[in-house]
Order: sequence, then structure tokens, then C-alpha cells
Amino acid sequence: MKLLTGNDLASGAVTWWTGSGWSIHVEDAVDVGESGDAILHAEEGARRVNAPYIIEAIPTPEGPRPAHIKDRVRALGPTVRPDLTLKPADPAAGDWVI
Amino acid sequence: MYKYDNYDQAIVDARVEEFRDQVKRRLAGEITEDQFKPLRLMNGLYLQLHAYMLRVAIPYGTLDSRQMRMLAHIARKYDRDYGHFTTRQNIQYNWIKLEECADLLAELATIEMHAIQTSGNCIRNISSDQYAGAAADEVADPRPWAELLRQWSTFHPEFSYLPRKFKIAVIAADEDRAAMRLHDIGIHLVNRDGKLGAAFYVGGGMGRTPMIAPLIKDYVPIEDFLSYSEACLRVYNRYGRRDNIYKARIKILVHEIGADEYRRQVEEEFAHVKTLGIDPPAAELERIAAYFSPPPFESGLSDDVDRSDPDFAVWLDQNVKPHKQAGYAIVNISLKPIGGIPGDASSAQIDVMADLAEKYSFDELRVTHAQNIVLPHVAKRDLYAVWQALNAADLANANLDLISDIIACPGLDYCSLANARSIPIAQKIATRFADAERQRDLGELKLKISGCINACGHHHAGHIGILGVDRKGVENYQLTLGGSGAEDVSIGKITGPGFDEDGIVDAVERATEKYKELREPGERFVDTYRRVGMEPFKEAIYG
Repeated sequence: MKLLTGNDLASGAVTWWTGSGWSIHVEDAVDVGESGDAILHAEEGARRVNAPYIIEAIPTPEGPRPAHIKDRVRALGPTVRPDLTLKPADPAAGDWVI
Repeated sequence: MYKYDNYDQAIVDARVEEFRDQVKRRLAGEITEDQFKPLRLMNGLYLQLHAYMLRVAIPYGTLDSRQMRMLAHIARKYDRDYGHFTTRQNIQYNWIKLEECADLLAELATIEMHAIQTSGNCIRNISSDQYAGAAADEVADPRPWAELLRQWSTFHPEFSYLPRKFKIAVIAADEDRAAMRLHDIGIHLVNRDGKLGAAFYVGGGMGRTPMIAPLIKDYVPIEDFLSYSEACLRVYNRYGRRDNIYKARIKILVHEIGADEYRRQVEEEFAHVKTLGIDPPAAELERIAAYFSPPPFESGLSDDVDRSDPDFAVWLDQNVKPHKQAGYAIVNISLKPIGGIPGDASSAQIDVMADLAEKYSFDELRVTHAQNIVLPHVAKRDLYAVWQALNAADLANANLDLISDIIACPGLDYCSLANARSIPIAQKIATRFADAERQRDLGELKLKISGCINACGHHHAGHIGILGVDRKGVENYQLTLGGSGAEDVSIGKITGPGFDEDGIVDAVERATEKYKELREPGERFVDTYRRVGMEPFKEAIYG
């Protein structure tokens, strides 16, 4: 599957295309199939996302898992600061990245 | 400490307001990201993995307590309560919001700091010896010369769009604590017949093509300091490769045309530049130098220190260095707790260090390229009180220059350029060698980790270096041995095939065990490596 990701222009937060808007949670991301480029240009033009790009991901029961470690780190947060990730209550959340 | 004059303050304030307007236009959609990106980079603002990252310049790594407290305030107000001290003696904030950045910069400007020229193809923050003004082995204080370079290079119209970024270090001691010859220009102040001058080394650097800067001129009279610098830059600006980013640094130019030809061209250019009158008059030099006058040291202080507290005594032996003034010492604050993140400090810790500087170190602090902090002028009678305060703030790690005093770049946990994580490797190695006696038995061992070939973690210059690479989407770590960023500068050599995350920790341990087996009295790890060569280590590492 293909996901569309980027950063929020004002805050810089990592965001994922949900089909109707942007979420900070990769679990909300949807497969953009072949329409990624069109969505990317429209959303970037409207300043709803900054520096967007399309990535490969693998569907799992818990939601999409980005294929590359870099995007998994982006999806979670720094593995060395669990308290600053999106799952601060789960000290083992970093295992998902590896 | 240098103090801004009205001109300094005016240009920094003006730049803040200019950037405020640029941000406003970007948020309003009046300019695209392609148009905005070079503007934000000129103000030190990157877009990293999780957010915007702001790199704040700390000129030649020197701060006072007021500035240090502001760094803590910014961490609390605009970031997530911590900052990261870097190998270029700067500080980075990892969670900055674009919409708040101009306000942040305006606050920084109130204490004479900024983020200008911390990115882009320009002359970056000038780095220097963290012991400047305190070291017994320096021929002069290098900071006035670093400050002169700062003023010269700030908004220099000719050098704002160089072929590539440009880094300059200035030292004045025999011991190189600033990795001087691994800079684009390394300047070593020297005395010749009682007259101050400067040796220029040009064309060093790390990155994907590490090179040690060759000596271009062994003595430039100090009155020609700026003209010679300008000539070095001009030749690079004219002939540096703009067609290939990987060949654009000055080290490639010097290597390709040769040091002799580069020197010839610099001399030719210098003959012209010297006629332009850019070297400042003596009165201006004296004005700048006056800001770096020695603090009012007390005379007659005792050199005796009560060593009855064993933990204090260990810290004293490891982290406290001799000062040129009797009765005083240089205190190194290690930002490398076992299992911690190299170079990170919480806002509370930054405040503690500011308080200690104000109370005990004539209001001065330094940032080191090894990502530690220095209190340069502490009376020996105050060392125990300083240690107690540091200990209470988890800042009394007695591991300076030991294996757990690791330089590590932010790596893939933060950096969009990285291929692999650096910090977890540093944490695992430090934890493996947590035993303090084991570390001390290994002695000086500089371990440096980079998460990509750009080498921000200085792995080429590590006695033991580690480079993280991406091997088909999996983190892999290459090991190098024998590097040094000090006066015995050398580039490490790769041992062989790489390792996974746990394998690299084991490999480091096997290398240290081999060292212990082979070492002769007084030999550091790197000395033994240089004497016996790679083979015995390779056999130990790979079996």
C-alpha cells in the first residue's frame, strides 16, 4: 500500500493523509493507490501539508506499517525518548520501529 | 565576553523582523516552500523528522550565565524542555513550531544570540578551544581572533553563497581540543620570535571524503590575519566545484589542485587583497581583545583540595584540568550520563550550569565539540561545592575522555539525513562499560558515532569510530579504528564488514579487550593500535 505523509506547515508535526484530512497517527492513514500525486499537489497547494511525499507501507491488523525505518521513526517519535513519542505510556513502543 | 555594539544588535534585530515577515508570508501562502526553504535555512531552521529544528549559534562555544539561562528558557517555552549541544559548539532544539520561531529569535536577540549562518553554504559558527583564556599551553587567547572572524564572516556579501558550507576553527595551544585540522580552515596561532602570527591549515573535513588539512602557510603575521583568510576563501569561491555537491567542499579543491598550487593561488590573491585594507586597525583589535581580558583572579589562593570524599576525588582526577592561574582549575561537565543521550541537557540542568558559572566561574561557560560544558575559571577552594551541585543535578559524570564520553550525532531518531540511529548505540556501549573502574582502566578512549556518511558525529576522528549505514532498509554499523581529532590527527580505518545493533557493541568490547592484552605501559588505545596495526584487532573482532 502507499501512504501520503508530510509535516504540518505551522507546527512541523508529522502528519498522514486519512482520505479526508490529516492525522498525526499513522494508524489513521489510508492507501492512496495511484492518486497520491494528485492529492499531494492539491494539499500542498492549499498549505494543509508541508514537504509531502509518498511512501510504501505494509497493511497490518494494527494499521499501516511504513516499509522504511525512517518513516516508522517519524510515525512514532524518537525511540530514545519514549516520553516524547505518540505512545508515552508504552515504553516498549519503540520495538515497533525496529 | 564580547558585547554587541549598536551595529551588531541592529543587524540581528533587523534579521529577526525580516524573518518574521518571511514566516508570515509563508504561512499566508504568498511564498512556496521552495522559495521559503533557503530563507529559513539562513536562519538556522531545518525541517527534521518530527518537527522543525533550530540550530542556535554559540560563537566559539562561549556563553555567559544570562545567555545560558535564555537557552533554558527557550527549551521550556518553545521546545520540550531540553536542548542538544552539538559537535560545532552550538545548541539545537528539536521541536520548534514555525509560527513561534520569530518570537523565539526575538528573545534570543535580547541576549546577543541568533541562529544566523548556522545552515547554508556560508561561513558557519567559528569554533575554538573550550579552554581558551584558561589553558596553560596557549600562546594567546584565540577568542578575539575568532570574534574578528565572526564579525568579518557575518553577512559577508561575497561569501554568502559559497560552493558549500564552510567551517573555521581557531586554536592557540599545542594541544588541539577543537579538531582544528578537520576544518575547512584550521588556524593555529603561533609565536615566532616573540611576535604573534597564525599557521593556516586549509582543506580538512570529515563527511564522505575525510581529509586532514595540509599546512598552507606556517606563519601569517597577525596584522594580515583577515586578508589571508579572505584570500583563502576567494580562491575557493572562485574554483570550488559548484557542479557536484559531493565535490564542492574546499578539501576537494585543495586535494585536486594540490596544496602547492592552492598555496600559490592564495599568495597571488593575498597580494591583491592586502591592498584593500580589510585588516582592522590596531585600535579595533584592542577594542575586541579587551572584551576577553582575564577575569579578576584572586592571587595567593591555595592549590590544595580536600580529596577525602572518594567520589569527588574520582571526578577531580577525571574532569578537572589544570588552569594557567595558580589556585584555579578548569571544570568539565560531562553531558554523558551512562545510558543517557550525548549532548542533551534539560532546561533545569542548563539553569544549574548557568548558576554555577555565575557563582563560581566569573560568569563564563564553554561548549565543547565533544558535546560537554566547561566552567573555565573555578577556584580550587570551590571545587567541592561545584561538584556537589553538579551531582545533585546528575551532571557529575566522571568520565571525561573515557569510553562512555561518546560523541554521537542525533542520528535517525531525529535527523532526516541519517541512515541509522546513533544514540541507542551510544547508550548501549556506555551501559556495557558502565563500571567506572573498567572505564578508567581503559584510559583515554574517544569513541564517536555518526548516523550517516556526513559524519556529524566525527566517527572518522574516533579512536574507535562507528558509522551507521542503511543496508537494505536495516540499520548496520561499520567500525573504524585509529582516528584522532587532536594534535595527533588521523583518519580511522574501517575494520571490515559491519554489524547489527548488538553486534557493534560486542565488537567494541572485543577491540578493547585486545587493547588490554597488547598495551604497553602508558599506551592509550590509539597508541597501541598505531604500534601493532589493524590485524590483531581485526582478528579479535571477527574471530
